[in-house]
Amino acid sequence: MAPPDTASTSARPAATDNIVEIRDVHYAVGNRAIFSGLNLSIPRGRITAVMGPSGTGKTTLLRLITGQIRPDRGQILFDGQDVSNLKRGELYELRMRMGMLFQNGALLTDLDVFENVAFPLREHTKLPDSLIRHIVLTKLQAVGLRGAAELTPPELSGGMARRVALARAMATDPELLIYDEPFAGLDPISMGMIVRLVRQMNNALGITSIVVSHDVEELAILADTSYLIAGGKVVAAGNFAELKKNDSEIVNQFMNGLADGPVAFHYSPAPDYFTQLLADEA
Amino acid sequence: MSIFRELADNFREFLIAVGSVTLFLLRMLAQVPRALLRPRLIVEQIYNTGALSLVIIMICGLFIGAVFGLQGYEVLQRFGAEESLGVGAALGLLKELGPVVTALLFAGRAGTALASEIGLMRATDQLSAMEMMAVDPILRVAVPRFLGGLIALPLLAMIFIAIALYGVQLVAVQQLGVDAAAFWSQMRAAVEVDDVTDGLIKGCVYGVACSLIAVYEGYTAIPTAEGVGRATTRTVVISAVMVLILNYMLTVVMLR
Repeated sequence: MAPPDTASTSARPAATDNIVEIRDVHYAVGNRAIFSGLNLSIPRGRITAVMGPSGTGKTTLLRLITGQIRPDRGQILFDGQDVSNLKRGELYELRMRMGMLFQNGALLTDLDVFENVAFPLREHTKLPDSLIRHIVLTKLQAVGLRGAAELTPPELSGGMARRVALARAMATDPELLIYDEPFAGLDPISMGMIVRLVRQMNNALGITSIVVSHDVEELAILADTSYLIAGGKVVAAGNFAELKKNDSEIVNQFMNGLADGPVAFHYSPAPDYFTQLLADEA
Repeated sequence: MSIFRELADNFREFLIAVGSVTLFLLRMLAQVPRALLRPRLIVEQIYNTGALSLVIIMICGLFIGAVFGLQGYEVLQRFGAEESLGVGAALGLLKELGPVVTALLFAGRAGTALASEIGLMRATDQLSAMEMMAVDPILRVAVPRFLGGLIALPLLAMIFIAIALYGVQLVAVQQLGVDAAAFWSQMRAAVEVDDVTDGLIKGCVYGVACSLIAVYEGYTAIPTAEGVGRATTRTVVISAVMVLILNYMLTVVMLR
């Protein structure tokens, strides 16, 4: 006899061990194509790095995954659900299962550190104050900032703000944590702290992490799988050793930080140098 | 030909702007019932826009009243009618000066604060962060500020009028020697409830206009330092023009 829920499981695509699947996504802003046939999957419970030169649409990818923008074509599946077809309410429900760490932390400036971490709890739950206090202190302890609970966002350094934002993103115990350029503009010590925290959160809580960055060295320590995006497509994927060995020109340029290559040193639509110089003199 | 094209383009842009402000207002109105369930957020904004504007409103009210007293006395005493000063001041302040000047001051003090605050929240990803925490920024940020502003403005206008009348009295009665009993009794005889309601209605309408413009400009600001600056400037300019145009239209309707 067939199990009673066969119908419902066949109607909905089965959840795979990839929490996010991006299938043939096309996205353009005006006439400029950002993605043309992007395919990528994020394995559950792992740390996946998304790398690429500036302006390749790494942040756009995050906005697509979180449903802030919709693709022109293609599918973005979060746990089997197509993010781009969801209504606002359904999208909000889905976002309860995600946490996102913005580049500068994006802490609410009219609230102190404690209230920032408590914010999602107060908005979405009716927990008593004592329990909220307990949760917030636990999260702040995890990022080492229990002592900063009463500070306001302008009093925090860049690294501290990002750690508070991480505590806030963790407050509702999400399944997926998305980090947008978590290392940008940090000193080596703060950077080390963030690397350690991302790893800890991932290992201790079994969270899936997506780290968007171009800091090759940090990602080498951190990421289980990496994708390199350029020209609107994935140009290389695999673990770091595989990426290092990849002999494609663009991968080689990015991984080794070469000034010239497929991403040209000279901004392209320029007239011929000598012709322009001579024309100016004449 | 090109001047016509430019005019047509400007007109089209104007229509687009009116359309998007209207849509924004409708999005906010749809969330008002839910926002009313959390009165603490609205009260906070009444404090931010209202209580924090109180000092400037009171100082300006006092001095506008004082000038009204000086000029009014100067004209009225030529006809021996200086005792009617109270009537003129009360009607002029209640029906015109009070709501209009309060709205202009409100746009300069509270409107700019609202626009730059929301614009900076946009520029520093705070609004996107709320979206990501499944919190609707229209409900959490825009609506409480809009409601706070529209409640605060009529209240401020009434306080402004009261202080300004005190200013008129200070100059006319205390300094220039107009008879106090005649000043107050003529005022009480001439001012009717309708005059007060007219002033309140104007205050409410300007409250909606100024708060809507400030919140909209902040919410749709380009997320850069320059964009936020421009949104703040536009808030003051558009609010001032709108208040004066609306004032003319309301006065035409109210005088019928």
